[in-house]
Amino acid sequence: MSAGFVLLALLMGVVTYPSRALPLLAPGIERLPRPVLDYLRLVGPAVLAAIGAVNVLVQGPGGRRGFHLGIEAVAVVVCLVLTLWRRNLLPGLVAAVAIVALARAAGLG
Amino acid sequence: MTGSAQADLARSRRHLVVDGIGIAASAAAFGFVYGFAAVGAGLSPVEAAAMSLIVFAGASQFAALGYLAGGLAWPAIILLTALLNARHLLYSAALAPWLRDVPTPRRAVMAHVLTDEAFALSIAHFTRLRRTDERGYWIAAVGVTFIPWNVAALAGVFIGREIPNPERFGLDIVFPAAMVGLAAGLITGRREIVAAIVGAGLGVVVGLLVSPSVGIVGGGLLGPLAGLAVPRAAGADLEPAP
Repeated sequence: MSAGFVLLALLMGVVTYPSRALPLLAPGIERLPRPVLDYLRLVGPAVLAAIGAVNVLVQGPGGRRGFHLGIEAVAVVVCLVLTLWRRNLLPGLVAAVAIVALARAAGLG
Repeated sequence: MTGSAQADLARSRRHLVVDGIGIAASAAAFGFVYGFAAVGAGLSPVEAAAMSLIVFAGASQFAALGYLAGGLAWPAIILLTALLNARHLLYSAALAPWLRDVPTPRRAVMAHVLTDEAFALSIAHFTRLRRTDERGYWIAAVGVTFIPWNVAALAGVFIGREIPNPERFGLDIVFPAAMVGLAAGLITGRREIVAAIVGAGLGVVVGLLVSPSVGIVGGGLLGPLAGLAVPRAAGADLEPAP
């Protein structure tokens, strides 16, 4: 059984770990000034919204890059509305999956 | 801990687990596809599993398979992996104030399992609780993401040919829908709304002009600045800083 790419995986891990660990392990993080803490509190909504929008609007079916406004965007909006209404993510996810699966089965997605 | 605080903790953990069900299903489905694709790209089961356990970053793992199939040199693959995973800096920085009281060795392990999903679920959980819950982080990072992804990747290596593409069943929508739904759960005022809208808008524009991963980092970096430009709502000082 080949293991030559294990070294590549290790090197990929070596360059990934610092971005995950440096701020978490940095000394003095508990003494950050209030404006920085306010900024960090807003990172969550901003980056998660960016991930969702980029995945749906920038990457089309099959991972092709380009503006894409399709059934996936409708599904995400439905998920968002259901999540806000029910205060629970799961019904929104189920609805989003159902919308996309049905649309693709019907040849619309 | 008072009875009320314990009840809040139990309620928020239930919320975390329920939110995590769909995400775990999605992680498992795409972990499975990764395992199958890894074999197709010429990786042995040991290599496929090692990449999944050591790198543990779905997008860069899939990208690496494409780079390998395209004959890209290792230094280029490593550089692209670093760039693709740079967004974790934002997650780590945002979680750091919450996790400051966790002993350093455990924070070092927490960092390894920090993913989009772990960040989204745990920051929503901490925000609901208005305090840190280390066990909640482990549930999000290991229970919902690490275990499903890695077990499914191994299954994909061995039985991947038997199962159809999860995109046929719409499972690829779970990840972006969950990210948007969890972002909505973090909104407690005008500043968060502005940060989310500007982050999403900038993410799309920069994603189209440069690349999707740069768009995510750009939206995540600049969205909060737009949020900070909004005057603090009356009474917002009562919100605890993490």
